[in-house]
Amino acid sequence: MRRVLTFPLTLLALLGCTFLFMKIAPIDPTLAVTGEKASEAARLAAAQTLGLDQPWPVQFARHLGRVMTGDLGVSTLSGQDVLSDLALAFPATIELALAATLIGFGIGLPLGVAGAYWRGRWPDHLARLVALLGHSVPVFWLGLMALYIFYAALGWMPGPGRISFYLEGLAPRISGFILLDSLLAGRLDIASDALAHLVLPALTLGLFTSALFARTSRALMLDALGQDFILTARAKGLSEGRVVFGHALRASAAPLATTLALALCSLLEGSVLTETVFSWPGLGSYMTGALMAADMAAILGGTILIGLVVAGLNLLADMMQRRLDPRTA
Amino acid sequence: MFHARTLICALFLAFALPAWAQAPANVLMIGQRLDDLATLDPAEVFEVSGGEIVANLYDRLIDMGNGQPKPALAESWRLSADGRQFVFTLRKNAKFHSGKTVSAEDVAWSFARAVKLDRGGAQLLSQLGLTPQNVTLRARAEGEQTFVLDLGDALSPSLVFNILSCYAASVVDSRLGASVEKNGDFASTWLRMHDGGSGPFRLELWRPGQGLILSRFAGHYQGAPAIERLALRHVPESSVQRLMLEKGDLDIARNLSPDDLAKLAASPEIVINRIPQGGLVYLGMNMKVKALADPKVRRALKLLIDYDGIARNVLKDSKTVHQTILAKGFHGALSETPYRQNIEEAKRLLAEAGYGKGLSLTLDVRAASPSIDIAQAIAADFAKAGIGLELVQMDNKQLLTRYRARAHMLTLAQWSPDYPDPHATIQGFAWNPDNTDGSPFRLLAWRNGWNIPELTGLVQGAKSERDPKSRMAAYEKAQREALANGPYAVMFQDMQIMAVRTTVSGLKAGLAFDSLRFADVKKEAKK
Repeated sequence: MRRVLTFPLTLLALLGCTFLFMKIAPIDPTLAVTGEKASEAARLAAAQTLGLDQPWPVQFARHLGRVMTGDLGVSTLSGQDVLSDLALAFPATIELALAATLIGFGIGLPLGVAGAYWRGRWPDHLARLVALLGHSVPVFWLGLMALYIFYAALGWMPGPGRISFYLEGLAPRISGFILLDSLLAGRLDIASDALAHLVLPALTLGLFTSALFARTSRALMLDALGQDFILTARAKGLSEGRVVFGHALRASAAPLATTLALALCSLLEGSVLTETVFSWPGLGSYMTGALMAADMAAILGGTILIGLVVAGLNLLADMMQRRLDPRTA
Repeated sequence: MFHARTLICALFLAFALPAWAQAPANVLMIGQRLDDLATLDPAEVFEVSGGEIVANLYDRLIDMGNGQPKPALAESWRLSADGRQFVFTLRKNAKFHSGKTVSAEDVAWSFARAVKLDRGGAQLLSQLGLTPQNVTLRARAEGEQTFVLDLGDALSPSLVFNILSCYAASVVDSRLGASVEKNGDFASTWLRMHDGGSGPFRLELWRPGQGLILSRFAGHYQGAPAIERLALRHVPESSVQRLMLEKGDLDIARNLSPDDLAKLAASPEIVINRIPQGGLVYLGMNMKVKALADPKVRRALKLLIDYDGIARNVLKDSKTVHQTILAKGFHGALSETPYRQNIEEAKRLLAEAGYGKGLSLTLDVRAASPSIDIAQAIAADFAKAGIGLELVQMDNKQLLTRYRARAHMLTLAQWSPDYPDPHATIQGFAWNPDNTDGSPFRLLAWRNGWNIPELTGLVQGAKSERDPKSRMAAYEKAQREALANGPYAVMFQDMQIMAVRTTVSGLKAGLAFDSLRFADVKKEAKK
């Protein structure tokens, strides 16, 4: 409850810091509106239209006032409502992040558990290799290699993008999630196309995420398997399956839930490099473009969204931890 | 045995999977960076990708071909004896995408909205003497088919035609505009994302950050384009563009790096089109910096750059060496390249200027290839004469902010003219009516602190010179002055490099960035 109550203050501080950093950044936001060759008069007029002629506190207060009414302003970069921009970009990021987390969790957790159980044997070496590769191979390179092999050389997978572009606009946009929208429209061809486009970027990010899960779960399981209660469980004659999954893994569940929430959190903030390689129109690309253009409305709008996501997932992780670990309740 | 059989079946199935469907033959797939695309309103657009798209969605009164005006929406025109009035007669068979016939009222409304909005379009139309106060009087309809443009002061007809052929002079459907106008915004909010034109293509879909789909307009006055749809996809990464082009998922790739172009060079299915552009890459030298105010230092810097070496080794011939301020292809452009790397001569000049023991400078540079590669090569060249060059890497918007504030010492910058008349570029480089810090005009001569009252007068005069020979003579003089004494080391001319599949033909492009047209493009089924 205390976290819920302090959240607005956290968000306000986050917005305040972001605003300050953007004001300090040596970029003239009117360039995105007028172009570099505009006269000084046109530049000043644009600054006035954007409210940049006002003192900083007034600008910030005005923005906050608008945010309170659900108006995130207009992006100077896209010329659209920031809310509309985010409604386009964020579902793309959610689709990718969820798929990558599922893949990462699905690969990383069994590897970590197996590595800890058969410590020093080949499953352990494999778990450590995956963890090492996931952390050391640049995701940018991995993405390009995946495209080169599975798209260009073998032709098993479609190319970059969220969907084959000539299918764009053929399924009405309802939720912003292409998979869901195409299924709702009864367009299985579009749904399968979108699903196929999701595979390579999700696998690329998933391998990266699996390294985190493999490393964390291996360390947690090693610790748990060395505890007295495991010795007791074995002394009681429980099967190895129950010892590992019913006792050791259960004891590791709370920190693993936190890791899961944090991994999802970092993926939902947008994965700029993966999105660039796969031409994936997500939040990472959007925020990077906005930062480069000093697009204040877009940056603050994106910050609010990311703040909400981080706070929400942290809250969820806390709740799961309390549920999974009675000592923290 | 079971496992082996399963594996064989799985492998068979995998290899038997059908290749992913390529783009249909009636869709031209173009891959390019579209992250600079903010608006499709011709009155607001100023960035390259927006200008190109607008040029295919909208028509203008005239087009330019080989330096001469060609009929477009206007089928004929006449010029008054004193050169101050142009009268255009519009064709009767031109229709907007809405179905409405294009009239002189639409032209007048389009000019008025562009000027009153005071964005990119207004900058160009103001060259014709149009202001928010006088535009409705000076750019007016006289009947359904007659549009009159009063200039106030006489201008070079060539300049007027060139401006009227560029994106800022696009004609917008006034009835549609009135129906979507909000709070006196001249429909700009709506036109950012939609089209109100009469061009050969209509906007079908725009997904910001993803791309656009344009479909052909069957009712165009020149007839329907051959290709049914254009799909312009945002593909930011060069190597990904190359892969997609090789697979046939793209017909044209627009932003390939020199390395990727080299890899495609031997492909029998792809041709590399290199079309000279009006853009230039140059080193700007801020004369507010004491050392750079000395002409000997500026000349020494120009002599230190290995122009050919950078073009060959760094740019892999993706740009050509060019040293005057007017790009090759523009009327009156000089093609002289007097500067070759001469370390000894540069050292002598630096010693004469009192910098024989060396000099420390900073260079603002965009933190992206190829800018950073060029900057590193220049730093290595300068070091040969004892000049320590610190590279200050930054984003392009940050670089422009510093440049417009004259906060740089040296800057590695690019110039791109808005319309294909020499004045667009000469004014940028060699016109500075007010060199004070509070100047309202902040083009390149001002940014580099080049105080040139005489040259400014000459360039201003050339704008209204009606005799082509005298006008070109003035521009030649401006080019030579900038070449000898200007605070610029112009190095390279841009090229539009497009890797195109051999199944595609009929692309048209010229010097100006909005000259890429798709109306005559044809695409055969894959050979």
